[in-house]
Amino acid sequence: MNKLVVSPSPHIHSGLSTAQCMYGVLIALVPAFLTSIYFFGINAVLVTATAVVACMLFEYLIQKYLLHKPPTLSDGTAILTGVLLAFNLPANIPLWIVVIGSLFAIGIGKMAFGGLGNNIFNPALAGRIFLLISFPQQMTSWPTPSPWGANVDAITGPTTLNILKRGNIEEIANIDVINALIGNNGGSFGEVSAIALVIGFIYLLWRKIITWHIPVSIILTVFLFSFAVTVGQGIEYAIIFGELQIFSGGLLLGAIFMATDYVTSPMTRGGMILYGILIGIITVVIRLWGAYPEGMSFAIFIMNGATPLINKYMKPKRYGEVVKNG
Amino acid sequence: MKTFSIGGVHPRENKITAGQPIVTAPLPQQAVILLSQHIGAPAQCVVEKGDSVKVGTLLAKANGFVSANIHSPVSGTITKIETVADGSGYQKPAIYINVEGDEWEESIDRSESLITQCDLSAQAIIDKIDQMGIVGIGGATFPTKVKLMPPPGMKPEVLIINAVECEPYLTNDHALMLAKADEIIVGIEILMKAINVDHTYIGIEDNKPDAIELFKQKTQKRKDIEVVRLQCRYPQGGEKQLIDAVIGRQVASGALPVSTGAIVQNVATAFAVYEAVQKNKPLIERVVTVTGKSLTKPGNYLARMGMPISQLIEVAGGMPEDTGKIVLGGPMMGRATANIDTPTGKGTSGILVIPESKAHRSEPSPCIRCAKCVAACPMGLEPYLLSKAVAIGNLEIAEERNIYDCIECGCCSYSCPAHRPLLDYIRHGKGKVMAIMRARTSEKSNS
Amino acid sequence: MNIIIVSIISLAIIGAIAALILHIIAQRFKVDEDPRIDEVEKLLPGANCGGCGKAGCRNFAESCVKADSLEGMLCPVGGNNVMKQIATILGKEAHEAEARVAVVRCNGTCQYRPQINTYEGAHNCTITHNLYAGDTGCAYGCLGCGDCVSVCSLGAISIDPDTHLPVVDIDICGACGACARACPRNIIEVRKKGTKGRGVYVACMNKEKGGVARKACQVACIGCGKCAKECKFDAITIANNLSYIDSDKCKMCRKCVDVCPTGAILAVNFPPKKAVEQVVSNNSVEPTTQSDN
Repeated sequence: MNKLVVSPSPHIHSGLSTAQCMYGVLIALVPAFLTSIYFFGINAVLVTATAVVACMLFEYLIQKYLLHKPPTLSDGTAILTGVLLAFNLPANIPLWIVVIGSLFAIGIGKMAFGGLGNNIFNPALAGRIFLLISFPQQMTSWPTPSPWGANVDAITGPTTLNILKRGNIEEIANIDVINALIGNNGGSFGEVSAIALVIGFIYLLWRKIITWHIPVSIILTVFLFSFAVTVGQGIEYAIIFGELQIFSGGLLLGAIFMATDYVTSPMTRGGMILYGILIGIITVVIRLWGAYPEGMSFAIFIMNGATPLINKYMKPKRYGEVVKNG
Repeated sequence: MKTFSIGGVHPRENKITAGQPIVTAPLPQQAVILLSQHIGAPAQCVVEKGDSVKVGTLLAKANGFVSANIHSPVSGTITKIETVADGSGYQKPAIYINVEGDEWEESIDRSESLITQCDLSAQAIIDKIDQMGIVGIGGATFPTKVKLMPPPGMKPEVLIINAVECEPYLTNDHALMLAKADEIIVGIEILMKAINVDHTYIGIEDNKPDAIELFKQKTQKRKDIEVVRLQCRYPQGGEKQLIDAVIGRQVASGALPVSTGAIVQNVATAFAVYEAVQKNKPLIERVVTVTGKSLTKPGNYLARMGMPISQLIEVAGGMPEDTGKIVLGGPMMGRATANIDTPTGKGTSGILVIPESKAHRSEPSPCIRCAKCVAACPMGLEPYLLSKAVAIGNLEIAEERNIYDCIECGCCSYSCPAHRPLLDYIRHGKGKVMAIMRARTSEKSNS
Repeated sequence: MNIIIVSIISLAIIGAIAALILHIIAQRFKVDEDPRIDEVEKLLPGANCGGCGKAGCRNFAESCVKADSLEGMLCPVGGNNVMKQIATILGKEAHEAEARVAVVRCNGTCQYRPQINTYEGAHNCTITHNLYAGDTGCAYGCLGCGDCVSVCSLGAISIDPDTHLPVVDIDICGACGACARACPRNIIEVRKKGTKGRGVYVACMNKEKGGVARKACQVACIGCGKCAKECKFDAITIANNLSYIDSDKCKMCRKCVDVCPTGAILAVNFPPKKAVEQVVSNNSVEPTTQSDN
């Protein structure tokens, strides 16, 4: 007989591993990737591939030569960071900018804090914000979506968000919500198709990789807040305005895939809901009254920083805490 | 369907021995009787080397209030009173008996007949239970009489019978319920009389539909015993979780479960109570599930205490070549042992043989703060935080975040995708924090 | 021009008010503290190891200043040298204390004590100890997970990668006793440190009867008592099948080492053997025979 193994209980495990969680998120991103290939063609593939390869390479090099730790590429976190970073970029962005973004995301966003599990900010988000501030021109000129990316060199006109910001009622009424749903509008190539992102969300919920709390609270808050702001101009208009806020820009991508990043989001359900509500409020505030048309990245980034505080004060509901005897 | 309100997981049930009848295991050649088969002080030996004993002869007397009598499970001669390595490998006092024949004490009624009539008073029942060495045989082995005598001022209102068997693999309670339903119901009546309550809930998880059906049928004409179908979820068999699931009350932190008005007894304990009170039979044998996918004859075996586990594994088809781990009890809370000669005791509910390929823990990776442990914890604690606090030695944080409430169910380690040994540290820190808290209270009461 | 002057004046006024408030608060809440406490603290190693029995170095410095006499007060890490300096500062008499060192009383290497099962759990001795007897046959021996290493604030103790036993660097060890307290099996003892770090001790904690102990580990103490009979200084006692050498009584003659049938008694840091053994009397221990393994 072999030497028996002795360990403390439990002796079985759910079988879920970190890598499986990460690959699960990647699978959930496939529909969005496919729609982006349809609308932006080969460019979407190129940007994604560049970001993934660059992130993996930087993670490997930093772990091996700077930290002298065994590289942990197989856990899939670097791939996920690469994909999420790419999805937040315009499809026609020069590839060297993508490499710089990847370096910042992995090097500063993740490894400088001590690697997986220790980063305060979502690395992909850190990379995107770094690029947005450093290369505002390239980061905000969106290619026009067209079947199989035939028309990719043309720069699109004002995006939905620009129109919403201007607040011209007639202009807003002319926006076709269907286009936002399927992704036929300008924007970062991973964020354009609401339907594809929601399919991914359903997959994540089904696989129990994330819970509903963060995305739903963000989306509800954004809708209710923008509804409340515009309700003075008529209820119908306010509803359309709220809907468009949800389906435009990076809101769904952010709410479903970026804000739910395990490492940088709160641990308790109450904390998650609070976190989601605050992200929603900050997003709408930046979108309506801030200098940038899009506030999702900044909102998540700010709340990432507040997560340790939320963890400290939002404790889970304890058994026996509220004794409901009688 | 009812269940408890916070946390919990649903591991693969793997009840491969479900529906198998109880098979009586052969007697061992030598029985080794541990003197501590229960929580509390080890029993005091009352026999000497060379004495001959019958089945049911008192071997050791309860040593204090929280302790239990131990009776001989076999007949034969006592060869030595010494120590034996128990499941943990540490030497514990034990009595060695050379088995000769199978002669029982005359006072024990060995007939199969069902005796429903019990004329004893409540106190007489409790004394009998005490005398017969009955302990909670769901796994915690807490002396039953202690639980039946709540401290003054606490009045039990209801009895809850724990027939949940939420641990994967184990089917011993299930098998017993199918075989001995009438006896169990008489046992419940006796328990109700002992604690003077007029209502009982039998909590059964819905993965045992035949047992639910059988008990519903047996109790349909009466109002005092009610079967509660529970959603299959671990750790529903935990006392606190079961009270929450069945009557919707929660035990306050640090309080006795009876403070909610409920007394919980395991279904096998109810059967043992029946045998003790009606048949004069001490707790000398129990149903043990010997299970594992690599065993050729896994099953539910009625085994005398004091039998080496290696012999029970022999009975179940022999030790598989590729065995990598042996667990006493269920896979979630059982103890792994490296000592296959350790004798069974009152608390041995199962022997789980895990093949080498499944025996190893995965290498832990960094915590990714996925919050799965927080969601899984049935006590509403933050396992990631507690385990980290203990690992770095910060017991203040651990205490502030209620580490002492941990019931060591293992849901956190089970669900951790980074395979971190969360419970290992929490259990360690819980012990330390509770020692500090005890020291503090005794200091306060001294000054 | 006007703006500059106004700014300078207003800032100066704000600064002055703030300074005044700070000064008042500082005066109001001033804590009178003996300046010598700081001086003493500076001399201490600052490891906050707790070896002196106080909560930390600062705490020890306070106790030194307050105490009437320095007797019985020792910073085990700083040793007599530091205590002498403290005594000078405080104008008190210094009391010489014997040098002590942590000693690992288990020699159960993989070779002597084969592994019989595999432990897979958190890498922590106390957790292992609470779970079971360990991955060897000995329920008293070192578990090798290094609880002692993690508590040593001086880095004096490390796990030997070959034997999986802790090794104390006697030159660094400050005898604070943190490792001894951390060890769940009480294997580490702080003992008197002989000249040049010499020591004679029983490297075993197994309290089982001889046969059982020997079966688990080849170099286990079997409690035979030969060493106790041999010892002329009454330094050796046998209890629970285990021999113990009192380091305060031991004169390091090493006779017990020779008679031990299992080699459980170790003599360390003695120079390699020369000729024939000589009977050594008194405390002037001269290096004699017997290599120290």
